[in-house]
Amino acid sequence: MSYRQWVGSAEFTGNLASYFDAATAAPLHPVARQALTAALADGWADPAKLYAPARRARQLKQAATEAVAAALRVRPDEVWFTASGTAAVQAAIAGVLPAQRPDVAPPALVHSAIEHSAVLHTAQRHRLAGGEVVPVPVDRLGRVDLAAWRAAVAGPGVGLAALLSASHEVGTRQPVAEAAVACAAAGVPLLVDAAQSLGRAPVPDGWSMLAGSARKWGGPPGAGVLVVRTGVGWSPPEPLPGGEPGLPVVVAAAAALRAATGEAAAEAARLAPLVDRIRATVAATVPDVEVVGDPVDRLPHLVTFSCLYVDGEALLHALDRRGFAVSSGSSCTSSTLRPSHVLTAMGVLSHGNVRVSLHRGTTSDQVDRFLAELPGLVAELRAEVAW
Amino acid sequence: MSHPDPVLDCRGQRCPLPVIALARRLPELPVGSVLRVLADDPAAANDLPAWCRLRGHRFLGSPAPDAYEIRRTH
Repeated sequence: MSYRQWVGSAEFTGNLASYFDAATAAPLHPVARQALTAALADGWADPAKLYAPARRARQLKQAATEAVAAALRVRPDEVWFTASGTAAVQAAIAGVLPAQRPDVAPPALVHSAIEHSAVLHTAQRHRLAGGEVVPVPVDRLGRVDLAAWRAAVAGPGVGLAALLSASHEVGTRQPVAEAAVACAAAGVPLLVDAAQSLGRAPVPDGWSMLAGSARKWGGPPGAGVLVVRTGVGWSPPEPLPGGEPGLPVVVAAAAALRAATGEAAAEAARLAPLVDRIRATVAATVPDVEVVGDPVDRLPHLVTFSCLYVDGEALLHALDRRGFAVSSGSSCTSSTLRPSHVLTAMGVLSHGNVRVSLHRGTTSDQVDRFLAELPGLVAELRAEVAW
Repeated sequence: MSHPDPVLDCRGQRCPLPVIALARRLPELPVGSVLRVLADDPAAANDLPAWCRLRGHRFLGSPAPDAYEIRRTH
């Protein structure tokens, strides 16, 4: 299909029948599509200008801000829109740990070893700028070591601590409430990257800053949200990393978050048993497999497993040929050819790795078809290496 | 070194090939013997000990860069 034909049809032309990578990007929520169309017609003007179309755009932005604030149970003036989830994390860190004077030691940044690369890359820049960075290990299930966390945040000169709400690679929920208590006791602000939880599962209170990504809750790509609680020593970085997101995208992101939050409990109750089915069936029907992450205290929509003696990239392509879109933490699927830092921090197998993440369009039949095809595909790949 | 450990050279191979080679070679050795695996794929440092844990063998560590020692325990 040519670009011109595609623009004419304005429909997704790929196969959504077995799209299992919602943890990267969920399909657009229908409410977001409506909101995006309406905001493109009504909210295209620059909200900063002083004429009627600009006032209309400002009204839409205010409404979007209030919708996000209500969904997250925070104040509207605590909500900031960014260009992506990564930009939200960057803005959060840069606003607390700004570039320091060369004669002053920069504050230290504490983070779990399994943070999203958005945090790790920002931490790396902080380190290169002379700041101390303290990674905190996780256990075999991918849960941060609370004793090590408490010790790290109570260390000298800590300016910020970052903990994700739940692992984007293995689904294990993190002890956010306990981590927040330790941060409060040490007087250290806590940034929670809630990209995998927003619109899907509640996030415990106690954090100072919260970051999320619209495309992971069914909003459009190109929008993130950062919440900064009143009283946190944060100043908006100038310029905002990634720049300001477009207003129609923000409006659609807010509509999707409101809708997803409203549906979250029902969707979790529907998807969690599908994940349970995948965990149990894969372990029973695929020989030599390790299903990773906490089997109970986990996200409702995400499951990860590693197949011994299988090349992760080959498995991903084999699944793609059958119409299944999944992600992998295996080194051969990464641009750096290094295994996932999450899997290695947990000490679990990194080759033959598959992450399945479900969304509101996922059906029981799709999951069953995946489970029916997987054992044969794994067996074929093992036969190729004469295992 | 009167009893040099057997060596499995997997340098230049990418995972899962070193793990496959280990899984083939180790059962050929007597129980209790130590196999030295040479592997320069970055995933080997993680996946060789993970395999040992899953299979119940003993990962003894990495005495040198790109070298790993594994004891057959059963």
